[in-house]
Amino acid sequence: MIRRHMLQAAGMNTGIPRWNGRIRTAISVSGAIALLAVIMLGSRLMGSEGLAVSLEERNMAPSPAHLFGTDWLGRDMLSRTVKGLALSIQVGLLGAACSTLIAAVMGLAAATLGRAADRCISWLIDVSLSVPHLVMLILIAFVCGGGMKGVAIGIMLTHWPSLARVVRAEALQLMSADFVLVSRKLGRSRMWIASRHLAPHIGPQLLVGFLMLFPHAVLHEAAITFLGLGMSPHQPAIGIILSESMRYLSTGMWWLAVFPGAGLLLAVWAFDRIGGHLRRLTDPGSVRL
Amino acid sequence: MLLEANHVGWRYDKGDWLFRNVDLTVRAGEVVGLTGPSGSGKTTLGRLLAGYMQPAEGTVSVQGRSPGGNAHDPVQMVFQHPERAVNPRWRLEKTVKEGFVPEPGLLEALGIRPAWLSRYPSELSGGELQRCCIARALGPETRFIVADEMTTMLDAVTQAQIWHAMLDIVRERQIGLLVISHDRPLVSRICDRSIPFGE
Repeated sequence: MIRRHMLQAAGMNTGIPRWNGRIRTAISVSGAIALLAVIMLGSRLMGSEGLAVSLEERNMAPSPAHLFGTDWLGRDMLSRTVKGLALSIQVGLLGAACSTLIAAVMGLAAATLGRAADRCISWLIDVSLSVPHLVMLILIAFVCGGGMKGVAIGIMLTHWPSLARVVRAEALQLMSADFVLVSRKLGRSRMWIASRHLAPHIGPQLLVGFLMLFPHAVLHEAAITFLGLGMSPHQPAIGIILSESMRYLSTGMWWLAVFPGAGLLLAVWAFDRIGGHLRRLTDPGSVRL
Repeated sequence: MLLEANHVGWRYDKGDWLFRNVDLTVRAGEVVGLTGPSGSGKTTLGRLLAGYMQPAEGTVSVQGRSPGGNAHDPVQMVFQHPERAVNPRWRLEKTVKEGFVPEPGLLEALGIRPAWLSRYPSELSGGELQRCCIARALGPETRFIVADEMTTMLDAVTQAQIWHAMLDIVRERQIGLLVISHDRPLVSRICDRSIPFGE
């Protein structure tokens, strides 16, 4: 408190309003939520007429009628982009949420269930981290038969280890804290301690971890679909749109790749920013500086 | 009812022995002082007695300690830094009631005001927190208290208040109290006997 007063006394008379971290976080969170809502609502409201093939309107450059242009079958690129992003975000949310859940359970189990469980889970984390994400993801998606199910399962099974390691470290540190040791001596069980003492402390880590995982999940979904192992070609996924547009780029139809690619970048960047802001806010070390 | 250490020794892994062959007995209702210079192993001995660690050699025995450690322990420890011994995200009420629900009389005897219980640890002073930690340790199943530098961080008036309340409760309930401190005048004032350690 004293430090804040000193800072105000020293630096706030310069006349330049400086937003602090909380306000900037609020702005980026509301911006990203608005973006997400626009994409989701847009894909609901648009209907599927934009996706229909209309051969009279083939290969049109961006114009007021078709803001993002049309492709080689006359499909409206704006509806395809919005629908593709909505699908990608759904897969990303599902994959990231399940990954976060797995990470929380694994991390807490490693910290509370004793040394043998810790060894097993740490080994599992190391093994999973030593194999590149994309390779594992392709294998799992292939085994599960591709499609939305395969990609979602692949993402949730490959993205948990790094977050699980963070959760485990945090929980282990708490397990040796005096108040947890006292709790054991007061006769509380490990499960009770994990749910009452540990879980509230790792909540912020999980939230930030989830937000940091989400862009990864979306990008990996797009990547694996681009490679042809994800969604089926009739679904307007961003990865499919991008991979199809590759064939037409050399003929000068730049709008096929630029708008969907920029949309993907924007969605991913927005969530990455929220995650970064929240991490700085919830990290006690940097908050108290 | 006895809290006993028999030929207890401690060292980290294969390092030098911090102490060996320590015998110590605390009887019910007895106030015993344990004094010694910094680094002599007073706190480690206290943690061994309270069951926070297992001795490298020898045994610690007390009636009613469960082998699995899933029951309220008859030996409770009060630490030097109360702010580390409470969950920073819990209101004090939850912390005080973690082991049992203390009677209002006990809280009053320790000078705990009801208003403190609705606050978070960062909103209380060290002395206020330490009183809450003591209340938490004085459950109905508690037979011994290990007070490790319990009032070292506090001012003289608070020290006196806490020790007066503590001694009254301990005498009344026949709880054995081990006072670990490097403050010899304090130990000689409040303890029935004192054990010099690590000299």
